Amino acid sequence: MNCLEMHNGKGLYNKKIIFENVNFKISKGEIFTILGPNGIGKTTLLKSILSIKSLDGGEVLIGRKNLKTLSYKDISKAMAYVPQVHSFTFPFIVLDVVLMGRSPHINMIDTPQEKDIKIAENALKKMGIYHLRDKKYSYLSGGEVQLVFLARALAQESSILVLDEPTSHLDYGNQIRFLKTINELSENDLSIIMTSHYPDHCFISSDKVAIMQNKTLIDVGTSDEVVNSKNLKIAYDLDIDILELENKHKICYCEGA
Amino acid sequence: MVFNIRLPRIIGAMVVGAALSVVGATFQAIFKNPLVSPDILGVSSGAGFGAAVAILANAGTYVVQTLAFLFGLVSVLITYSVSKVYNSKGTLILVLSGMAVSSFFGSLISSTKFLADPNNKLPEITFWLMGSLSSINSRVLVPVLLVIIMGSFVLILLRWRLNILAMGDEESQALGLNIDRLRLIFILISTLITASAVSISGVIGWIGLIVPHMTRILTGPDNNILLPASISFGASFLLIMDNIARTTFLVEIPIGILTALIGAPLFLLLLRKGYSDWR
Repeated sequence: MNCLEMHNGKGLYNKKIIFENVNFKISKGEIFTILGPNGIGKTTLLKSILSIKSLDGGEVLIGRKNLKTLSYKDISKAMAYVPQVHSFTFPFIVLDVVLMGRSPHINMIDTPQEKDIKIAENALKKMGIYHLRDKKYSYLSGGEVQLVFLARALAQESSILVLDEPTSHLDYGNQIRFLKTINELSENDLSIIMTSHYPDHCFISSDKVAIMQNKTLIDVGTSDEVVNSKNLKIAYDLDIDILELENKHKICYCEGA
Repeated sequence: MVFNIRLPRIIGAMVVGAALSVVGATFQAIFKNPLVSPDILGVSSGAGFGAAVAILANAGTYVVQTLAFLFGLVSVLITYSVSKVYNSKGTLILVLSGMAVSSFFGSLISSTKFLADPNNKLPEITFWLMGSLSSINSRVLVPVLLVIIMGSFVLILLRWRLNILAMGDEESQALGLNIDRLRLIFILISTLITASAVSISGVIGWIGLIVPHMTRILTGPDNNILLPASISFGASFLLIMDNIARTTFLVEIPIGILTALIGAPLFLLLLRKGYSDWR
């Protein structure tokens, strides 16, 4: 079952075409990673998928519904977003931040109730950061903040998570732990769309990979199909070999790098 | 005496203090900036100009208050329209056009002062701009009270959404908020509240900026608690200031002077104690 698809997606930024002819489909529980160099427009594409920025052509379907026909509230019930950058204004405590994820489920004039607090606390437990519940989120490390936002996205109870370069601010250990968390979430039938800078990560967690270059997705498929020397050459203009380890796991290697 | 002068003034002080504080807290959240005060969109300068014109035209108290209210609304309307004409996303253009409109009306105020008779009109305009609660009586208080109470009630109902708006536009949208509509509602109600308050009290600066901060030091940034707490903090703060203004010297001191004179050191004291806690 396809839970999200984009047909002929086209996006402009300051009247310049950022991407066009973008097509992909994601099924339930699938992890979809978009690889591509800096500044190629991955974030703009994600924002268009989320409808934060409207598409300048083509359409996004959730289930069978066109995103354009849905309200922000309905969209946020279907998709949750973890941004790459966040500017801290006020030092909210972690629980209050995670509670914000309940927004689409709470009436305009209501405030979070016991039930919402339970859901938020469960999301914290799932992310293994329940001990941060009463800490100020602006004091946390980059990795912890990432988990807080992921917990907020879980509290949103949507079926799709959209993550913008979730591993870019994390140290090596946290990157791997984060990808494992992502794998667990997808086993629980959550679909995940994320952008990444690391081809290697596609071999750890990705059912589907797309390479973004030349204003479109030049290849979409499984990580074995897509993450190859030819595509990586187009994406990064480097000669990268894909090596297979004894346990069949693949890694990328760049000669003389 | 009690019901016609004393009680209206006490209620007036509390209501104006509460109004400016609740709007200050609201604006600081929607503009994602703790340095914002209720007059960021130009409401005070507009109201000041309206009042100055009415005083210059020799109009009575009610006309002064009505014109102050109307021009307060007009200035924010201009600010908002400019930001819409430029089709801007986010709040930066809104704040910048607020500054422009503010200084424009500020200049207009200066020209009315320049034209005013220095023996009677000029001091009257100047006193109005320094703020005073002495012209409040029960007749003017009732409509103002209604607007402020109803407006604050709506802000209180919507207060939890302020937490989300403070996270930024894109995140708010991804969390299901229609930010343009929601922000417009907040600005509209806040402007009605501020213009009403300013129309009876004149320009009382500093309160709307500082009371939300002092409250935040005590309650933390969660608007669920912050908004109601700002209301009671602001009400008590201005009431105490007004009592000092009335009783300390033989002549009443303009309250706008006192709020900063006492408020600023108090704020710095609290800041020293609580800075690390809220930032």
